[in-house]
Amino acid sequence: MTDEKIRAIVVETLRGIAPELDESDLRSDRPLREQVDLDSMDWLNFLVGLHQRLRVEIPETDYRKLTTLDAVVAYLAQKGV
Amino acid sequence: MIEFKLPSLGADMDQGKLVEWRVKPGDSVKRGDVVAVVDTSKAAVDVEIWHEGTIYELVAEPGMTMEVGTVIATLLAPGETPEAAEAAKRARPALTKVSLREEALAVATGTTQAAAGERRRVSPVARRRAAELGVDVDTIPGTGPHGAITLDDVERAAAEKKAMPTVSGDRGDKQAEMRRAIAAAMSRSKREIPHYYLSDRVPLWNATLWLQGENAQRSLTERVLMAALFLKAVSLACEKYRDMNGFYRNGQFEPGESVHVGVAISLRQGGLIAPAIHDVQKKSITQLMLDLGDLVKRARAGSLRSSEMSDPTITVTNLGDQGVESVFGVIYPPQVALVGFGRVAEQPCIVDAGLRIIPAVTASLAADHRVSDGHRGALFLAEIHRLLQQPGTL
Repeated sequence: MTDEKIRAIVVETLRGIAPELDESDLRSDRPLREQVDLDSMDWLNFLVGLHQRLRVEIPETDYRKLTTLDAVVAYLAQKGV
Repeated sequence: MIEFKLPSLGADMDQGKLVEWRVKPGDSVKRGDVVAVVDTSKAAVDVEIWHEGTIYELVAEPGMTMEVGTVIATLLAPGETPEAAEAAKRARPALTKVSLREEALAVATGTTQAAAGERRRVSPVARRRAAELGVDVDTIPGTGPHGAITLDDVERAAAEKKAMPTVSGDRGDKQAEMRRAIAAAMSRSKREIPHYYLSDRVPLWNATLWLQGENAQRSLTERVLMAALFLKAVSLACEKYRDMNGFYRNGQFEPGESVHVGVAISLRQGGLIAPAIHDVQKKSITQLMLDLGDLVKRARAGSLRSSEMSDPTITVTNLGDQGVESVFGVIYPPQVALVGFGRVAEQPCIVDAGLRIIPAVTASLAADHRVSDGHRGALFLAEIHRLLQQPGTL
């Protein structure tokens, strides 16, 4: 899957949790959780959404790698989705 | 005959607008069935019934705004016949007069207005709404009995008048309405409840280790958040300190029979709602996580059940995700306590006579001095502290 495709899926998953999200306001190199105002339940639901769409397991110990939108895309690409 | 009244939907929701009925006359219902959908300033609420029987008459009509406590339907008790119900109704004619509110009353008793001459039949609520919306009732068609103008007619006319109402405008109205509702409930709380506040720093070393161990074995969909441990610890402490859990009503405290924890959930477009997870003290952590996830999802989608709105016996607010160190809440009447959790962060703590950097959280209590005092509150917080040191037992 291309990075563009992954990115589109990530944004779509985010929008499922934050319907008011405006993609043009999203800076892909800035902390994701702060920008989209995701609390820990939203964050978990976001990861569950990615898991369901991409069939990928994300161990808790990897959370710290998932800081920005770019980082999430890179992480998923490296997982071979 | 059983009168079914619009149940309480929480302290900041004293009225609701009937959106639709989910039952019709002749349907049998049992405790817990959803019979209607009512819109409030915060969410659409599925109204559950607390009687067993057969729906006899739907008194309220969709579109009507009703106060909590209004009779909205009548039921036949199991075994009761329609004849007996009619006899009972005749014996108590006041029932319909008292329970039918404004609009329905005006429509049903159209004769009084006919006597007034050529005036159009307009229900009082429709007339008031027409004035608010700037609609001339003489220019719109009426769809009620004998051509009476109903609230719906007025609102339809207003909607047609206003060219393409914007979504943001509707949302703005809803926001303002919600803010007013929250303001009313919180003002009442601060006016009536003599709050006292306590806080305690709770080390979460054991809890963090326990969560890491659990979550390493669990798939993403079954993962547990610290919030679930907080809810369970609070509920167990409530069982021991019953003066924190229940309602203060009619000048006295009524302890809750179970622990229904209201969970403060921020709505993404602004505002706050605190529906209950029922019987938290009896549920496993895994079950609580499922319930919590489901509740957050439904609260944000605006789909809650009436019992979730009216049942909370204590509220827990968790503002730590937003980065604050501690939160001192305003009690949601008629409850008597609120527990707040701040950010879970690495902090210097004394553990086994040594200084260590470990995760910790500031837990706070706002409680009602009419029911308990600081000493009890301190013991209650200490119990939560103790329970969180033994996460495996929660």
